[in-house]
Amino acid sequence: MSAEVSARPSGPGAGARILSTVGRSRELTLAGVMVVLCLVVALLAPHFLSLSNLSQVATLAAIIAIAAVGESMVIITKNVDLSVESTIGLVAFVVADVLRQKALPVPMAWLVGVGLGLVLGMANGAIITLLRVPSLVATLGTLSIFRGLDFFVAGGHEVNLADLPPGYSDAATSAFFGVPLFVILAIVVVVVVALVLRLTRFGRQLYAVGSNAEAAMIIGIRSRLMVFGAFSACGLLAGIAGVLWGMEFGTIYATSASGVALQIIAAAVVGGVTIAGGAGTVVGAALGALFLGLINNSLLLLQMPQELLQVIYGAVILVAVTADALIQRRERRVAAEHAFR
Amino acid sequence: MTNPRRASPNPGATAAGAPVAASRPLFQRASGLLRWESVLLVILALLVVEGTRLSKFFLTGPNFANLVSAVMEVAIVALPMTLIIITGEIDLSVESMIGLSGAILGWLWAAGVPIEAGIPIVLVVGALGGLLNGLLVARIGLPSLVVTLGTLALFRGLANVVLGPTAVSNFPAGFTAFGFGNIPGTPVPWTLIVFAVLGVVFYLVAHRTWIGRQVFAVGKNKDAARYSGVRVGTLKAALFVLSGVIAALAGVILAARFSSARADNGTGLTLVVVTIVLLGGVDINGGKGTITGVILAVFTLSVLQNALRLAGVSSEYQAVAVGLLLIGSVTAPYLARQTRSYSDRARRGRHPPAGSVERGEVV
Repeated sequence: MSAEVSARPSGPGAGARILSTVGRSRELTLAGVMVVLCLVVALLAPHFLSLSNLSQVATLAAIIAIAAVGESMVIITKNVDLSVESTIGLVAFVVADVLRQKALPVPMAWLVGVGLGLVLGMANGAIITLLRVPSLVATLGTLSIFRGLDFFVAGGHEVNLADLPPGYSDAATSAFFGVPLFVILAIVVVVVVALVLRLTRFGRQLYAVGSNAEAAMIIGIRSRLMVFGAFSACGLLAGIAGVLWGMEFGTIYATSASGVALQIIAAAVVGGVTIAGGAGTVVGAALGALFLGLINNSLLLLQMPQELLQVIYGAVILVAVTADALIQRRERRVAAEHAFR
Repeated sequence: MTNPRRASPNPGATAAGAPVAASRPLFQRASGLLRWESVLLVILALLVVEGTRLSKFFLTGPNFANLVSAVMEVAIVALPMTLIIITGEIDLSVESMIGLSGAILGWLWAAGVPIEAGIPIVLVVGALGGLLNGLLVARIGLPSLVVTLGTLALFRGLANVVLGPTAVSNFPAGFTAFGFGNIPGTPVPWTLIVFAVLGVVFYLVAHRTWIGRQVFAVGKNKDAARYSGVRVGTLKAALFVLSGVIAALAGVILAARFSSARADNGTGLTLVVVTIVLLGGVDINGGKGTITGVILAVFTLSVLQNALRLAGVSSEYQAVAVGLLLIGSVTAPYLARQTRSYSDRARRGRHPPAGSVERGEVV
């Protein structure tokens, strides 16, 4: 959909059609690769297809997918948020800590967690839009500042499942008609954000800001307000991911979720959200999260060394963006030849 | 990353040698160039005073050796990073290359390869890693942010594959002495000599040669640089290779200083390197910066870390201080520029149209 939005006003009819096909095929390509991967792994390790294994993969992927949806909104505006992992870790710890001290009832604690995520996202947005710090620098800074807050709150302790209300982490394993609760939540988030991006003015303006900030400014889009909104939404969704993280893992340390930002950004990038801004869909990002989760699970089931995981994640990022660039180069050439004729 | 439309109160500063610049008095331009370095010197002096107040050991030789050798790895990596950021790119993968080179060095040593042979091998690995970054950025035209984010994972993953969860720590005494020993009879660590030599070389290359001029030209205006004959791609690729080699050297130094090679060596150091570069006054949007500023920033940061440690601040909170410093070092010049441009306008008695100050700003 992004390709349509960015291409429609400027490109020739044929170019726009080609671009939109490529935009749509990214999700299809990824889905195809996943089907093949699933078939191979299922043949080699039959346990892969068991309900318990699939639920576990999908539940973990759902948490990453929710955060990746927020990250995608930021990347679409041609920015990046490296601090999401610290937001997730801090929210997870604060929610667990509040529950451990029985300071608030469970739903209120969740609300505090999501609200905290929103506040951290708004802080990022304010630093970037008001103080004009490039997002890469700002979020590299808040990555360690938010983590420092986490250490401050934790004070050298951890929260164990036993400290939490009985049955707290049941939600992580519960399911409706076999579909894990977290997956349903992730689908709701993806659908809502996808509709907002596609159907609302806010959504179209996000893409406009990312594809050409100056042009967007000229036609009267308040770019910095859009960027602020994207970072706030990213913080909010990271807050939700943090609450779910706490339920999924039960035991929360001050270092929880360290290094997850890479996975979240990788999910978005692999899902076709381009770092150059203005293109990509949150559906793609969610599929990207599922793809990375499947790779992780396959390594485990095929008893391959876990050390390979990061190598593969890195390679997947590089291959995805390189393929993108090469396809785009070819599209441009084809479009140019077409225009010439 | 480059942002030609960032409203500058001093348009002459963006076009060195242009007639506009000549119309401003010379001393004003000179003071504009010197200002950030002077600020850093003042901050450094204040930190030294504070450190002396905190501990009577602060101004001793051993403490000097201590605080300097603690930052030498990030210091040498900051030098090529400075040039990369001046061209408008970034290399986030350096911390993983530090880990990978240490891991391979440890693995080779454990396999019986002498250190003298291991070091050149890991430097070649660093060059190859940098070449991968450089080709993807310069040849395929990918954004360096996403490329080096990918290799950040890739190199760290390879380090894990090479060494697994084990640590190699039985390095020969001569090697570890290079990591944390001083030149006999002085409080000067060996690694400071490495940094000093590299610092001088980078200073000369950046500010006294055609290579440096090309680096700045690319950062100021990539297309103009290309049209005037700069091979932008080759230059960028070469800088990434250089960054890889120096990061590998930093990995060797880190392994020697810890007398331990682990796959997770260097985790989180990219933050410190980028902070040093930006604290040194290098513009994250490219085109502006000095090696002198970055060298001053190295010592400012090392004194700050040392003072925090003397004040009993744990390493997690030191990272917070570094993060605040990073954001502050980008914000402070911006706020100063804003104040100056407002006061300029006030003096000229002209009201700016609302919101015109940063029109076209890309955040």
